[in-house]
Amino acid sequence: MATREFAAHESHAHAAPQGFIRKWVFSLDHKVIGLQYYFLALSAVFVGMLLSLLMRIHMIWPNATIPLLGDIKPETYVSLLTMHGTIMVFFVLTTAPQGGFGNYFLPIQIGAADMAFPVLNMLSFWVTFLGYIALLAAFFVPGGAPLHGWTGYPPLSAVPSAGPGEGLGADLWGISIALFCLGALMSALNFITTTLDMRAKGMKLMRMPLTCWAWFITAILGLLAFGVLLSAAILLLLDRNAGTSFYVPLITVNGQVLAHKGGSPLLWQHLFWFFGHPEVYIAIVPAMGLCSQLVSVFSRKPIFGYKAMVYAMLSIGLLGFMVWGHHMFMSGMSPYSAFAFSVMTMAIGVPSAIKTFNWLGTLWGGRIRFASPMLFAIGFVSLFVSGGISGPFLAQPTLDIPLHDTAFVVGHFHLIMGVASIFGIFAATYYWFPKMFGRMMNESLARWHFWFTFVGTYSIFMPMHYLGMAGQPRRYSQFTELHYLDRLIPLNTFITFAAFVTIAAQFIFVFNLFWSMKFGKKASDNPWEATTLEWTTATPPPHDNFGGHTPIVYNGPYEYSVPGAPRDYVMQTDTTAVPAH
Amino acid sequence: MGLIILIVIWLITFASTYFFVAKTWWLPTGASAAAAGIDRYFDITYVLMGIVFVTAQVALGFFAWKYRERSAAAPARYFHGNNTLEIIWTVLTGVLFIGLNLMSSSIWASERFQPAQPGATQVEVTGMQFQWYFRYPGPDGKFGGTKPELIDPSAGGESALGLDTTDPASKDDVVTGTMYVPVNREVEVILRAQDVIHSFFVPAMRFKQDAVPGLAIHMHFTPITTGDYEIACAELCGLGHYKMHGILKVVSQEEFDKWLAAREAEKQ
Repeated sequence: MATREFAAHESHAHAAPQGFIRKWVFSLDHKVIGLQYYFLALSAVFVGMLLSLLMRIHMIWPNATIPLLGDIKPETYVSLLTMHGTIMVFFVLTTAPQGGFGNYFLPIQIGAADMAFPVLNMLSFWVTFLGYIALLAAFFVPGGAPLHGWTGYPPLSAVPSAGPGEGLGADLWGISIALFCLGALMSALNFITTTLDMRAKGMKLMRMPLTCWAWFITAILGLLAFGVLLSAAILLLLDRNAGTSFYVPLITVNGQVLAHKGGSPLLWQHLFWFFGHPEVYIAIVPAMGLCSQLVSVFSRKPIFGYKAMVYAMLSIGLLGFMVWGHHMFMSGMSPYSAFAFSVMTMAIGVPSAIKTFNWLGTLWGGRIRFASPMLFAIGFVSLFVSGGISGPFLAQPTLDIPLHDTAFVVGHFHLIMGVASIFGIFAATYYWFPKMFGRMMNESLARWHFWFTFVGTYSIFMPMHYLGMAGQPRRYSQFTELHYLDRLIPLNTFITFAAFVTIAAQFIFVFNLFWSMKFGKKASDNPWEATTLEWTTATPPPHDNFGGHTPIVYNGPYEYSVPGAPRDYVMQTDTTAVPAH
Repeated sequence: MGLIILIVIWLITFASTYFFVAKTWWLPTGASAAAAGIDRYFDITYVLMGIVFVTAQVALGFFAWKYRERSAAAPARYFHGNNTLEIIWTVLTGVLFIGLNLMSSSIWASERFQPAQPGATQVEVTGMQFQWYFRYPGPDGKFGGTKPELIDPSAGGESALGLDTTDPASKDDVVTGTMYVPVNREVEVILRAQDVIHSFFVPAMRFKQDAVPGLAIHMHFTPITTGDYEIACAELCGLGHYKMHGILKVVSQEEFDKWLAAREAEKQ
């Protein structure tokens, strides 16, 4: 099977472009496109982070005046949370791990010269970029940014009179989502085709690094999920601008009877969460793959249960499409269907637990090197456990009654989908930076960054579970109206201070990133002594990735500490005999 | 470095667990018939999940320290996994998670599958930006009709709901901004929303249900302790979401009857 792909692969190579525009702007090179996605996400994560800081300030000091921005009004707060969620989920968590690192390293790790469809790849990025610009533009239009939350539940999101920001701002939001979906769909097709068709000779599916499996599975999830969200967003735009009533029944806003009739607000929720739950896995599966990779590399040990890891990711992806209703236990959906959604959701705990056991099994008996990528990988495992363990609470409809739409949910999904995935992005940055830029990042700065971020994010999100149990609803801009929230203010204040420290620590990362590009220690071709194909080629890789030849793969990706081998690692391209297993 | 990782992970684990065990911040005291059962499953889940959480984090910290690279250390062990172990922990976690789920399902069933009992106090709860209104059917036991074109939120009360005063059934309807119910009698809540989605959340009653425009959602709960309980909105409904709140007053049956009669009298 692999031989046929070997031949197909050659024809995809294209000559290196010379001009600046073709080389760095409208590039067809998957490596440049990967970097474009990465820097888009980097700029987005700083915008998103800044918004969250303003939210935390407003919650504690509702009357504070922010330099340059002035007062934060309650509607500004709700806009901030809407934009924070949308930017982070789409333009950071979906963009960096898949569009960024996936684009850069999938072709290299499978021994290909580029993605299957380079032009489509370029289009995916630029459509995503347009989506990003459309979203940011919402800040600057009359009425400001929308205030319907990143989940955009209609009628709030469908009716301009429902609040400031629901005019042009909400249209831009819908357009941004639709554009993002288009880009993600094109990208998903590209990833799937590349993985299936472009593998080098000897790179059997079960020899692919788990990172490639993760990107492949994420692409399949994306293909199935973003199509549905795209349709949902188009229907929403039609409701807003073309007088249709897909989501809006007969309603009265501020005493005005609107012209809509017969629509179903729950239809949007079903469509949105059919995308929304797999989206959680789109954000975190690449981090799972990467973390598996790093735990093996830095423990100098084969991954524990390679096939179990692949099957676990596949079953998480499959089950992920059958659980959307667990976001809707309190929505008015049939209580009988809650049973089915609940059982499927709890079932996801099984493959998730398998992955955790296997990471621990990989560490067990290893010889662990604590380089910065490994610190973030260990941090990821810890966060994955902490964020995952609150899942079985929310997955039971009975316990969802007190917990739904409280800070408990915010703590849960930030730990697992937000912070754990971002730890994956950090780990990937520290791990692949030498290959991408030819220099090492500063290790001391990286460690400080790790400790501040690890302790900081736990300090922010763990207390949110307590707040939620005590009944603090999410998306509240102030705690001045409900008296039972009074005693929670000290804990909320603690979270705000933790957010200040954690966000400040991110500047260590950015400084390190740009400083090391210019002044970092020169990197060798294989600084981590790892086995996969990206470490067999030059640093940074040449335009066609392997400088005119195509690697031939003889081994699996995790052959560390093989008894009798000359070094403690056997490259995938080494012809050294590896014991059968 | 291995030791620092162990210390930090263990500290985070034990500090987080402490506040759960000490119940420093906990569910508000339950005041409905269902609260005890829900809280019991909360406890069971949190003990089981707590054990998994602590075990996994302690093992992670311990392995990081124990298997750190040292010059004297033996080379890493070379093996690719263990199928028997994989099967054991797949089955164990499967039993744990699915079992937990089935255990708690009877409470959900009694809360949501059964309609309210005959004789329950009927209250129609309507959410609108950013206010809750409560309507009682009056002696005739029937809610009068409402018309969207009659809705005038600035007038408050009946006009905010658009009550059709020409409908005979609406003559004795009582509309209030505070929810009164008698203790130890089931309350049937009929949830509506006028503009966008709201969510009727009474933490002490362990009650939460979205109010969706276009739907009338029938729910029920039984308050068992008299007192004042805060009502919040739990679904983002616009700029005033944070201030959309109300009070639920659980009183004795006599007090309730007296209160309702007084409201009826005001209407005449």
